[in-house]
Amino acid sequence: MPGTLARPDDRPRKRGLLADLLRCWQLYVLVAPTIIYLFIFNYIPMYGMQIAFRDFIANRGVWGSQWVGIKHFRYFFTSPQFAALIGNTIKLSVYSLLWSFPFPILLALMLNEARRLWFKKLIQNLTYIPYFISVVVLVSMVNLFLAQGDGLINQAITALGGQAIDFLGKERYFRTIYIASGVWQGMGWSSIIYLAALSNVDIQLHEAAQIDGATRLQRVWHINIPCILPTAIILFILSSGHIMTIGFEKVYLLQNTLNTAISEVISTYVYKTGLLNVKYSYTAAIGLFNNVINILILLTVNKLSQKLSDISLF
Amino acid sequence: MQGHTHSPVNRLVHRIRQGELPDLIFSLAITLLLTLIGIVVLYPLLFVLSASLSDPNAVNSGKVWLFPIGVQFGGYVRVFESRWVMIGYRNSLSYMVTGTFLAVLVTFTGSYALSRRDIVGRKVLTFFIVFTMWFNGGLIPTFLLVKSLGLVDSPLVLVILGVVNAYNFIICRTFIQNSIPGELQEAARIDGSSDFGLCWRIAFPLSGPILAILALYYGLGHWNNYFSALIYLNNRSLQPLQIFLREILLQDQFVDGSAIDLDSLQELVRMTKIMKYSLIVISSLPMIMLYPFLQRYFVQGIMIGSIKG
Repeated sequence: MPGTLARPDDRPRKRGLLADLLRCWQLYVLVAPTIIYLFIFNYIPMYGMQIAFRDFIANRGVWGSQWVGIKHFRYFFTSPQFAALIGNTIKLSVYSLLWSFPFPILLALMLNEARRLWFKKLIQNLTYIPYFISVVVLVSMVNLFLAQGDGLINQAITALGGQAIDFLGKERYFRTIYIASGVWQGMGWSSIIYLAALSNVDIQLHEAAQIDGATRLQRVWHINIPCILPTAIILFILSSGHIMTIGFEKVYLLQNTLNTAISEVISTYVYKTGLLNVKYSYTAAIGLFNNVINILILLTVNKLSQKLSDISLF
Repeated sequence: MQGHTHSPVNRLVHRIRQGELPDLIFSLAITLLLTLIGIVVLYPLLFVLSASLSDPNAVNSGKVWLFPIGVQFGGYVRVFESRWVMIGYRNSLSYMVTGTFLAVLVTFTGSYALSRRDIVGRKVLTFFIVFTMWFNGGLIPTFLLVKSLGLVDSPLVLVILGVVNAYNFIICRTFIQNSIPGELQEAARIDGSSDFGLCWRIAFPLSGPILAILALYYGLGHWNNYFSALIYLNNRSLQPLQIFLREILLQDQFVDGSAIDLDSLQELVRMTKIMKYSLIVISSLPMIMLYPFLQRYFVQGIMIGSIKG
């Protein structure tokens, strides 16, 4: 295996753990900042999650606050917002996953078939650019283009004799806007990984198929697609692990008073209720619930994929 | 007759007779679709650029479609005159430079240590890191921690948060494992090099591509970061550019609260749109300009990411 450091003193350890630890003390120094950072900023908050089971009062601290069991969870499950929040979150992320998943694959398959290198490179590089734009800028472009009065799209619609559409004010356009802008921004970047997988396709398969008289479309269908399927499945599992953690920023920025019925998702609700209205324990409970559901979905999809296709993360 | 056999039409007819019609249609469809995708991606970007350079009246009345009309730089001048945009720009730049430097340093040294198969406790430490990819404390507990550390309203918070990202850590470790020859490290060790020496003098110079990828990921994250500033910073003079972008682009807060007369207010309204377009260009340019330099590393870096850690 390349990179394996076969050291002469890699013989079975019999000098004791302490000697081993001392031997690589410099390596521990190198990894220490990472471990310390993650311990403080990821593991201590995990410990702090217990405020979900307490009535957190700032000057009493985590331990001093009273233990209330599942009060906050019960309150959330029976609250009027519960069904809407869960529904909005799941719908937005499942639709968004399903819609944004095939585009990079199709783009990669097509780029792979482009015969002129300059053309392929041109399209490839063009489609990467939106990835570098910040969410704030993306959302403002959406707002500028879709504005009812003088937005670009509505100007085009009225110029063609149609009626201007209130894209930003009607809640039923929210998901479409969210997903379409996401596809526009991410398609090119996400296609890179599939292009990389396609470059590993065995050329002999194509030659053999060509001799058998297969058309290019048939070769794409029977050779290229099966070859990138494992990559696609792994990526699908990975993104399914984030179904409940739909990105806060873009939803929050796209939100306005007219679309909250559809656009309020768990993360925006936690931010508004928890931080702005200072309901720490209640929203920590929602956060914990969310996290657990995420893990469950990830494990389920992983298991399912293991059963169906022998491809899994762990 | 001879002269005609090489004309494009004859070649086409010849290929169709050879039974290549399906493939020709396929090629044509691919080219058309890719061109369409290219246009859909490019058009909004081109429009923003053109509008930012156009005469405000032409933009406001919807005359600009593709190319700038009546080229001028008034929008850019106004943006550069805005005090808060400049403060945001400066802040974002310093958060990005220090934050990215720190993040690359910490991630790289840590990954090097865990790329070594002889470090005791490698599995445990790797799990400790990977676990954070799937589970975290959530917004509220993290906020309370940052608050209790006294980091709220400290510029440090934007530099420290996200200094190690588990995903970046794993791709960096995989890269080092796969592309730094063990023999080289072995030779250096026999020459008396310490582990620090191996990391700095052997692994570091050979890790160009992964360092570029890390710098890009972390740098982009810092430049476009909006969330952390929203949560942890209240002090206006510490806010990064993205916060001011939101105020101006999405909440239409142009005026700095000072009294303004009617004429200049009208002028402001007239200029609003091209100022917004100019601001979009100015704020996105640094990242898009970085891109050609790092572009050749993308495929390599992302391929590493696809290999299971």
